Amino acid sequence: MSDDNILSQRFEIRGGDFSNAGKASTSIKEILQEIGIDPSIIIRASIASYEAEMNVVMYAQRGSLTLNITPEKLHFKLEDDGPGIENIELAMKEGFSTATDKMREMGFGAGMGLPNIKKNADKFEIFSRPGQGTSLDITFFLNETE
Amino acid sequence: MSAPTRMTLKEIQELLQAEVITGDDRLDEEITAAGGSDLMSDVLAFGKPGILLLTGLSNSQSVRTANIIDAKAIIYVRGKKPDQEGIELARAKNIPLLSTQFMMYTACGLLFSHGLKGIGAPPVRKSP
Repeated sequence: MSDDNILSQRFEIRGGDFSNAGKASTSIKEILQEIGIDPSIIIRASIASYEAEMNVVMYAQRGSLTLNITPEKLHFKLEDDGPGIENIELAMKEGFSTATDKMREMGFGAGMGLPNIKKNADKFEIFSRPGQGTSLDITFFLNETE
Repeated sequence: MSAPTRMTLKEIQELLQAEVITGDDRLDEEITAAGGSDLMSDVLAFGKPGILLLTGLSNSQSVRTANIIDAKAIIYVRGKKPDQEGIELARAKNIPLLSTQFMMYTACGLLFSHGLKGIGAPPVRKSP
């Protein structure tokens, strides 16, 4: 990343580990609060990172979430070794889900995750191929007035 | 528009005959809106900061989700109670947890009929 990084931190995420699911995002929210990021951005970023983290827990064996903050932006990079997404357009539709009963028992898998990440982010990019995992780039601009 | 009805957690606790699991010292918190769902996906998509969350989902994801969206407190319906991890997280994050025997529909109905509003249409979180 660029030289003007304020903070960079990588969180490992274990697939299937539902009891620890969401811990990275809880820590990230604390970090953002400590740095003093605008609360309206914190809530959008927290929701996006939590949804993305849950996706890794639900669908992959392992993955990572890397947080990068510069004076201009807050960025999450998600990478996982999951099955990948066959039809990204379909996966972006609200309500479309391939979740299992186990995922639904945990309160997830309503087909809202990816669209909700996109809705909350200022910039959202997804790269995925069947058999090659999924990566997400999620960006929030810190100096934009709404 | 008239000011929204406010209820303290104490009033809510009495109305729903709820047991306080943690957060005894925060029952004077005022609540102006509530939302009920067992699906955290939906809470994350439609929840709003400051709400009271009613849920039947008793694993720690309920507390994590409440923390992420800045919910003020959680009421577990159908007599459910969160697991130990959820309770500890709630203590750390100052999120009161209560448990009522009422079913979801009845618990929500009681609160609504006392003037506590829902969260309305899905919020638009950012400018287009």
